[in-house]
Amino acid sequence: MFQQIIDRRLAGKNKSIGNRERFLRRHKEQIREAVKRAVDGRGIRDMAQGEDIHIPRRDIAEPVFGHGQGGKREMVHPGNQDYVRGDRIERPKGGQGGSGGGQASDSGEGDDDFVFHLTKEEFMQVFFDDLALPNLARTTLAETPEFKTQRAGYSSEGTPNNLHVVRSMRGAIGRRIALGSDARRQLLALEEELIALQTGPGDRHAEIAEVEAAMAVLRARIGRIPYLDPIDLRYRSRVRVPVPTAKAVMFCLMDVSGSMDESRKDLAKRFFILLYLFLTRHYERIDIVFIRHHTQAQEVDEQNFFHSTETGGTVVSSALVLMEEIARARYPTSEWNIYGAQASDGDNWHHDSGRCRELLAHSILPLCRYFAYVQVAEEEQNLWDEYSALAAESKAFAIRKVTEASQIYPVFRDLFKKEGAAA
Amino acid sequence: MSEKQGGTAGFDALDALRRTARAADIRPPARAAEPLPSPSDWSFELIERYHDRIKATAERFGLDTYPNQLEIITAEQMMDAYASVGMPVNYRHWSYGKEFISTEKNYRRGHMGLAYEIVINSNPCISYLMEENTMGMQALVIAHAAYGHNSFFKGNYLFRMWTDASSIIDYLVYAKNYVADCEERHGLEAVELLLDSCHALMNHGVDRYRRPSRKSLAQELADRKDREAYAQRQVNDMWRTLPPKAEKAAEESQSRRFPEEPQENLLYFIEKNAPLLEPWQREVVRIVRKVAQYFYPQRQTQVMNEGWATFWHHHLLNTMYDDGYLSDGIMIEWLKSHTNVVYQPRVGDRGYSGINPYALGFAMYTDIKRMCEHPTDEDRHWFPDIAGRDWLETIDHAMRNFKDESFIGQYLSPNLMREFRLFAIVDDDKESELEVSAIHDEQGYRRVREALSHQYDLGSREPNIQVWNVNLRGDRSLTLRHTQHNDRPLHEGAQEVLKHVARLWGFGVQLESVNNAGDVTKRWSVPAPPG
Repeated sequence: MFQQIIDRRLAGKNKSIGNRERFLRRHKEQIREAVKRAVDGRGIRDMAQGEDIHIPRRDIAEPVFGHGQGGKREMVHPGNQDYVRGDRIERPKGGQGGSGGGQASDSGEGDDDFVFHLTKEEFMQVFFDDLALPNLARTTLAETPEFKTQRAGYSSEGTPNNLHVVRSMRGAIGRRIALGSDARRQLLALEEELIALQTGPGDRHAEIAEVEAAMAVLRARIGRIPYLDPIDLRYRSRVRVPVPTAKAVMFCLMDVSGSMDESRKDLAKRFFILLYLFLTRHYERIDIVFIRHHTQAQEVDEQNFFHSTETGGTVVSSALVLMEEIARARYPTSEWNIYGAQASDGDNWHHDSGRCRELLAHSILPLCRYFAYVQVAEEEQNLWDEYSALAAESKAFAIRKVTEASQIYPVFRDLFKKEGAAA
Repeated sequence: MSEKQGGTAGFDALDALRRTARAADIRPPARAAEPLPSPSDWSFELIERYHDRIKATAERFGLDTYPNQLEIITAEQMMDAYASVGMPVNYRHWSYGKEFISTEKNYRRGHMGLAYEIVINSNPCISYLMEENTMGMQALVIAHAAYGHNSFFKGNYLFRMWTDASSIIDYLVYAKNYVADCEERHGLEAVELLLDSCHALMNHGVDRYRRPSRKSLAQELADRKDREAYAQRQVNDMWRTLPPKAEKAAEESQSRRFPEEPQENLLYFIEKNAPLLEPWQREVVRIVRKVAQYFYPQRQTQVMNEGWATFWHHHLLNTMYDDGYLSDGIMIEWLKSHTNVVYQPRVGDRGYSGINPYALGFAMYTDIKRMCEHPTDEDRHWFPDIAGRDWLETIDHAMRNFKDESFIGQYLSPNLMREFRLFAIVDDDKESELEVSAIHDEQGYRRVREALSHQYDLGSREPNIQVWNVNLRGDRSLTLRHTQHNDRPLHEGAQEVLKHVARLWGFGVQLESVNNAGDVTKRWSVPAPPG
């Protein structure tokens, strides 16, 4: 009988990936909801992670015909302890769990949710879907476009221009010593013997000749050990590592006056997240500065930024002034790439809008790599007018009105376009 | 050791002539000089050596198997295999993705160990060994799967009758490609809905009494085209609205029932007669039906199959130990797993979920062997045909010619009922309390055995639902009939399933539940799906 053992371990896993895709597709709605909740709940920095998804068990059940409670049936059980024929037993509450034949029934597991883990990639996929990111932008976000090579020790494979001569020769010497040591030891012994024979009494020509012949063989063997063998060669090894270029700081500016409700803040949050994700692909270190404002601006932490409401009027310029102050004090442009992201509902004290424009044009834009503004409300007020005029002049300034998540991306269009072309 | 099996076994004319080994003829070989090495890590060379030894021992006992193919896989690949019902290939469906996710989750959290092995009854018989197993476990798995299950697949009459080991993998490859092709042509959505509906009826898509014809892949492909055209023609004919020439004939056909006899294979009926299905849809229904048919014998031989494999790994490895091939360490290792596998919790214990098929099956084969070798007076009285006979011939016969229901009915001995302390409980919803109808005593043996045997009858385990009538001249609605067994009703899922039936049928569907007296006690109905 022909028999064999086959090693399938390298044959690849994930044969089931197609099934998983179909499963995710089927439960797209629930997954989108879950992702949306996760986006609301997470900090901007924790966005790129997986997420547990809960799906009610009844939504994934596959119905089949089966017996229900009731009727008459006889079941055999093992482990009788003290029953005898004719005993009557109180019906256990909740009915008999297991159905006939000892099969555990599905319903026995209860109505817990079906929970599974969405991987980071899948999570981002859904998140991007929501934002209607075009493919080009997705790839620039999902991959690190630039690499630099870095020294990483030595390897036995490489191109001749990376050959490390000293290392190679050191290896060769070691090999020659190791391979020849046995022959040399014998040679040494023979030499002593030869001297003993030559200086000793009597005529030992035959023996001397024999020893000399043996020595010649050994010398030849030592001589045959190659001086440099391909296995001695060592190359400088270089590996490619991704290069986030340097440091960046991201200023998040948001209006927290009474008119900014939760859904508007949620839109603003997605806007900030997108910029942050973009920056993480390009910079090694990113600082985020949260500035919220109503009539006065204040630097706060993320929690307070998104989850506290203030009342009162709005003076947008206060935030811009604070941003400039912080930038000048802590983030010199020689070391930091400065990005600004501002969100508001467009409401502003009307005398202030002109000042905002001036501040932006003269003190902030010259510092910034890019400044994006979204207005999370429809109506156009004087702030919008002033900003539109400015946007027409400046390349590094983009504005957009946004009422749902899919409209956010175009604000960054220039940013991604530039990267896409360069990559 | 929970494991899954896929696939099928085959029929070989030569098998019939195969001689059964007799225990009396077996002469133990000379004792080995020293046991096989027993490190905890396996190596290919060691597996080979163990396998040779196990094979030699199995041949000594006359175990007749398909050629073996052992494959080493990783835990992750094991989960992949789990997800597609234990088969190496299968068509894609979201439910397999769900299965994979929950398996993976449980495994990651340590809620469950993976099966040590999966065995596919194909020819050659493929057994998967998991990389993580120790050498002792690999030996256990080889004995269990590659010789125990394998010989069962080849020998048991249900597998021989219903499945074809040599063509199953081919067929599944064909099914996978066909379904993928349909997805491309008709969209994921359409195929998924169709498969959902078919899966809902999978258990009612098997022929119980007729034997399917067997075909190779090439034949299958060639036949498909013809079948599609022909089937469509048949369907069209049946639904022709123009009356046949004579008035009289028309009247006759109006009074004619359709189907003339109730049909129990719902999927088959739908494949052949559903008016609105397109040819590709009929083919998909057929694929699901075929796969269901392949698994049908396994559902009927759980106790026998697991028991047989467990009995043989136990017997083979013990024999090898007696012959001096196994070290004490290996023995203790596999015996530990063996003990876990055949553990039977008592009713009321935590973790009790019915009778453990491994425990019952193993105990029954062991008990048959005992009755052959050391019969008591009771055994002589109850089993005059077995007591004192050659044990190897006897269990071989028992393995070949029964299914769970008849196997238990035939071989469950009073001794075993006492050992398991089996007792039967009647649960009648007309009574306020349960009644113990029989226990393991002189008056109760027959009743307990009968009840247990009945419990393994698929016919009573699954509701009996048949195609009852099609309204040919009216709204074309389909009526299914559930015949209650002991007044047991259907559970609430029925309405959902009915929606799936309606999707396949294309018109309205009713389901009637009929009690023993012949009265309809409950009706469900689903209107024709839109579009």
